[in-house]
Amino acid sequence: MSLRAKFQLLRGDFRLNADLDLPADAVTAFFGPSGCGKTSLLRAIAGLDHHPHSFLQVGEQVWQDKKTFLPPHQRAVGYVFQESSLFEHLSVGGNLAYARKRAFGDTPHFSQSHLTHLLGLENLMHRRPPELSGGERRRVSMARALSVNPRLLLFDEPMSGLDAQRKKELFPYFDALHEELRIPILYVSHSADEVARLADYLVFLEGGAVAGSGSIHDMFTRLDLPLAAGPDAESLIEGTVKHWDEVYGLAQLQTAAGSFSVVHPELPCGARVRLGVAAKDVSLTLNPQSDTSILNRFPATVEALTAYGTAQMTVRLQVGDALLLARVTRKSADTLGLQTGQSLYAQVKSVALLF
Amino acid sequence: MLTPSDLDALVVTLKLALCTTALLLVTGTPIAWWLAHAKFKGKFLVEAVVALPLVLPPTVLGFYLLLTLGSQGANLAFSFPGLVIGSMIYSLPFVVQPLQNAFISVGRRPLEVAATLGASPLDRFFTVAVPLARPGFLTATVLGFAHTVGEFGVVLMIGGNIPGETQVLSIAIYDHVESMEYAQAHWISGGLLFFSFVLLALIYAVNKRVQVVDS
Amino acid sequence: MPRTPLWSWIWAFFCAFYPTLGGCGVKNGTEENPPLRIAVASNAVKVMRHLAREFQDETGHSVSVSSGSSGSLFAMIQNGAPFDIFFSADVLRPEVLDGTSQAVAGSRFTYAKGQLVLWSSHPQPVADGAVLDRVDFHHLAIGNPKLAPYGKSAWEFLKTLDSWQSIRPKLLRGENIGQAFQFVAAGEAEWGLVALSQVLSLPDSAQGTHWIVPHSHYPPILQQAILLKEGVVAQEFVDYVRAEFARRTFQSYGYLMP
Repeated sequence: MSLRAKFQLLRGDFRLNADLDLPADAVTAFFGPSGCGKTSLLRAIAGLDHHPHSFLQVGEQVWQDKKTFLPPHQRAVGYVFQESSLFEHLSVGGNLAYARKRAFGDTPHFSQSHLTHLLGLENLMHRRPPELSGGERRRVSMARALSVNPRLLLFDEPMSGLDAQRKKELFPYFDALHEELRIPILYVSHSADEVARLADYLVFLEGGAVAGSGSIHDMFTRLDLPLAAGPDAESLIEGTVKHWDEVYGLAQLQTAAGSFSVVHPELPCGARVRLGVAAKDVSLTLNPQSDTSILNRFPATVEALTAYGTAQMTVRLQVGDALLLARVTRKSADTLGLQTGQSLYAQVKSVALLF
Repeated sequence: MLTPSDLDALVVTLKLALCTTALLLVTGTPIAWWLAHAKFKGKFLVEAVVALPLVLPPTVLGFYLLLTLGSQGANLAFSFPGLVIGSMIYSLPFVVQPLQNAFISVGRRPLEVAATLGASPLDRFFTVAVPLARPGFLTATVLGFAHTVGEFGVVLMIGGNIPGETQVLSIAIYDHVESMEYAQAHWISGGLLFFSFVLLALIYAVNKRVQVVDS
Repeated sequence: MPRTPLWSWIWAFFCAFYPTLGGCGVKNGTEENPPLRIAVASNAVKVMRHLAREFQDETGHSVSVSSGSSGSLFAMIQNGAPFDIFFSADVLRPEVLDGTSQAVAGSRFTYAKGQLVLWSSHPQPVADGAVLDRVDFHHLAIGNPKLAPYGKSAWEFLKTLDSWQSIRPKLLRGENIGQAFQFVAAGEAEWGLVALSQVLSLPDSAQGTHWIVPHSHYPPILQQAILLKEGVVAQEFVDYVRAEFARRTFQSYGYLMP
């Protein structure tokens, strides 16, 4: 089941034209600078704002077009608002019951007990919103959105205002519900870290339009987008755990790019992983190196190059079936004679395991 | 101590205040809701009309109500329904304004949340807006009731001060003073004061829960 | 005891209270025998209440007395107030009503004449009006000459005095005769030209001294009434008010009889 949307948002000076065709079963991130309209787009999809000349189809159902407009209370969306926005006059249990009572359809995805267990809310059911911590409020908000039995989940910067530690604590909950639900999830964020960790698909909004959309691996490495143009530019690669070497404490990961060895505590075989490779951790050699301390070396083809600052360049590489970014000095680029189509070798010094 | 006609006046006063307050809550809530939410260019005019009874002298209001409700107009004056209508107009801003402010402070977000959770407009009004606006309802009820109990000029003009039918406590007190029956005036005034205080204290005691919570 | 909040108990109390308040009003009469409703100007309300009680005891017909200023009662009557008889404090208003559809034509009559007295709440002797020429004082209270018949008559009387010009700046005008009376009672004015009926309504010990102004010295203060609706009981009451017993009652309250 997919999502097709065409919106023309206009408010005062602000405008956004969006034409989207989004995959089902995936977490799609809406990413872009603040003010680009990510939240407005999300609200339009939920039906909270009515923009004429819009089209929205979710699966087989047309939710709005020129003639029809399904009001928000008749759309099977679960919306997690930016500040959680829990009902202050109800307890945690009351908030969830409110949603459950108005759920769409007959068969709920989750039983109530499963949901509270999934999000760790068992001990909080009788508390009132003012008594909860920030992270707890987010989890209640998620559980509440899920309790309506949605066909589409919308998250509006759900981790804003949380420090890195709290965010890390919330990620597993998010994974868990993504695992169990097979519905599209739209996730608005301006944090590349969150997006790298959680999303499968990315829609990049800038300048009043969709500047690009595609898989997250593709979008992070596109040289024409700001994501690849920062000091922390990175590539994302999916893989599975093949084997854990207990002698050297290394995890062997099978990825689209090839086989990675990563220092890591024990991981179960077959576990899915996503690797984040910072561009500045990738160096290039024309000839394969074997007497080097770097374990992860791959044959690669240069796809594109672009300048980074005055003295550096960002290089986009095709490595196996994956895409990788490398950052080199302009001098090195000239010395190595880098150009598109060239075959060489990429060396990855350090890898982060995002999950 | 209290004459039978004074007790009649008490009964009429309480009935009038209860009916007026109840009806104002029912009719004033949609008005307050609309004023809180509508984006309409002429809204300020409606707000001014609603606030008029605040600034008009009661004798002026009473006189014009007499003309509109009397025999030259709707012919409802000098009866209990006429009194209720006149009192509703007189106390209108005391009910609508606190409700309007309460709805504004509830804001749009809780209602949007409720909408995404599947609540229809009427549903989210009753299950979200009203509970969150409870302090406003309390204030509106107390002010509407107290203001109607203290009414004098308006109820005199459109009621005719008919003992047992349209004579309210405030007029009874005035009559006693005019007739120099000061002892009776003291008794009624004291009783009214005591009753009002007890009522207000009870209501504010109950409302203790709804206030700024220490975070 | 169920654990419902106090709030719901209060509401339950009021919901129970409301039905016991009955229908549309607590009437003195019954549906088949509605009370006679009379509207009486404030300054005559005491004597009229007395007469109404006597009438009720004698005939069994209930009378409901509504008081107010002549002006307000007049406005109400013009807009359909359900009164049967209007006892005004002046001539003007019954005169205006006479001939309109609001009143029974030709039923206007003078029910009493007011007596002007010079009054001080202090028990100092006042033999006659000459005390105003002789004794030094700060304020003299009168009713509003523009609005109140008593005020108008007081004004005319004062003009006949030698010391009129020196009295004039010391006048305190009350909105009505009741307010003028209160000025003197409260001590804001040492003297007042008020109604005898007001002075007599005080307990004996508080009456102070008064001098009844000779009637020839001021225009008569006529208080007229007019029948607003035809009716057997209304006519009975009108006849009662003009009969001997009522006349004596009026006199005991300080009024003159026409």
